[in-house]
Amino acid sequence: METLSIVEDVAFNLIKQAVIYLPEDVKQALRKAYAEETSDAGRTQLKAILDNIELAEKYQAPICQDTGTIIFYVKAGAKAKDLDKIEAALIKATRRATVEVPIRPNAVNPFTQKNSGDNTGRLIPWINWEIVPGDEIEMTVLPKGGGAENTCVMGMLVPGEGIMGVKKFVVDAVIKAGAKPCPPNILGVGIGGGSDIAMKIAKKALLRPLNVSNPDPEITKLEKEILEAVNMTGIGPMGLGGKITILSVNIDYAYRHPASYPAAVAFNCWAARRASARISADGTAEYLTHKVSEVKQNGCLQI
Amino acid sequence: MAVYKFKTPISEEEIRKLKVNDVLYVSGTMFTARDQAHKRALEYFKQGKPLPLSLEGLAVFHCGPIVKKKEDRWTIVAAGPTTSTRMEIFEDEFIKNFKVKVVIGKGGMGKRTTEAMAKYGAVYGAFTGGAAILAAKAIKNVRTVEWLDLGMPEAMWILEVEEFGPLAIAIDSHGDNLFEDVKRKVEENKQRVYQKLGLSP
Repeated sequence: METLSIVEDVAFNLIKQAVIYLPEDVKQALRKAYAEETSDAGRTQLKAILDNIELAEKYQAPICQDTGTIIFYVKAGAKAKDLDKIEAALIKATRRATVEVPIRPNAVNPFTQKNSGDNTGRLIPWINWEIVPGDEIEMTVLPKGGGAENTCVMGMLVPGEGIMGVKKFVVDAVIKAGAKPCPPNILGVGIGGGSDIAMKIAKKALLRPLNVSNPDPEITKLEKEILEAVNMTGIGPMGLGGKITILSVNIDYAYRHPASYPAAVAFNCWAARRASARISADGTAEYLTHKVSEVKQNGCLQI
Repeated sequence: MAVYKFKTPISEEEIRKLKVNDVLYVSGTMFTARDQAHKRALEYFKQGKPLPLSLEGLAVFHCGPIVKKKEDRWTIVAAGPTTSTRMEIFEDEFIKNFKVKVVIGKGGMGKRTTEAMAKYGAVYGAFTGGAAILAAKAIKNVRTVEWLDLGMPEAMWILEVEEFGPLAIAIDSHGDNLFEDVKRKVEENKQRVYQKLGLSP
């Protein structure tokens, strides 16, 4: 098969998997949250969330009506063929998913306010490229909901305050966000690099599975410390009061300029949707986040 | 925390029973309205023009659903709540003029709505954000759609629902507002959070 159609089919399947089935690690974290939450209001919300996840799977329908802005992360093997055709394939897959899954048309021209109707438009879907050794292509889709996007923040902190400044920045962001990002949330925290780099790595940190710890034990400690602290705020599930406001704090960093201390916090809602697959040089696809028993030629998949 | 099941049209007497933190399930007629439908309804009222249906005793749902048309029938695919604060500028007049008894959305509402609810007898029920299929499954029938010229999300969808919920009563008709309570508590907790992280206030 042509690269274009293989990539298109796999990307379509990834969007469909992502919007209907939450990754197992996210489901586990939500079940754990339900077991640990002590407030009645919070437990009611978590129960509704767990019921909704089950119903979405049963009826093969999107978990949330806001199926987000479609963002792709592509690790392109330097020796893979037809890399120049991938962008077109991802756009086609997005258009197809809009009609066939269906997902809500969420791409609006910021000048005319006109909705394109098919989730595509200038620079959308957004594609993050990474060149890696080898001949495989690894793709991840992140359908990013609007509610949790509206509370993302980036700040240029004071270098002299160091990591203390970051802690305060994250806590303040969570308190300011309150009920808006549909808690319990996942936080991606990006430190250093520059203003754009900090947000970029913060958002990418949202892709780290919740059962995988940070490779750096010092940062793991910091993640745990911040997680415990933000869960003392009392915001709770859907902001109705409770213990569980944040499911995980995922930190990543880049070296910084001596005069700058950029930091960014990216929020993901409890419906933390993501799906990945790897395509080998011979065109076979391996789905990495979702167990797929069968992928039919017509794009239908069974999980 | 008590659990109530009401059927529309809901009376003021029933509404007055509800207190913050109770859980409510609504059966009967519900309609969606976001910014544009609120605005148009209030304009109609001002001009003395009748609405497509009487809203008295009904539940209004802040929601822009995904709706599919098969042959001549509409079906709801996904219908979670949208952020209610955008409707804060309309809701007090809406409750007063149309006698809506239950407002459903996410994220809570402000002082004007809380006061109107106390005065005219209405409640705000928070539906879990993102729980779009849970909502869709409680919607048994799309009776009709009005004002479709506003677009699918902004149109007024008239729905028949069965035990739609759980709705966490976050604003009751006695002046209590759970979201405001939580906000106050969070502000109190902030110093403890700072202390834990070794931050000075």
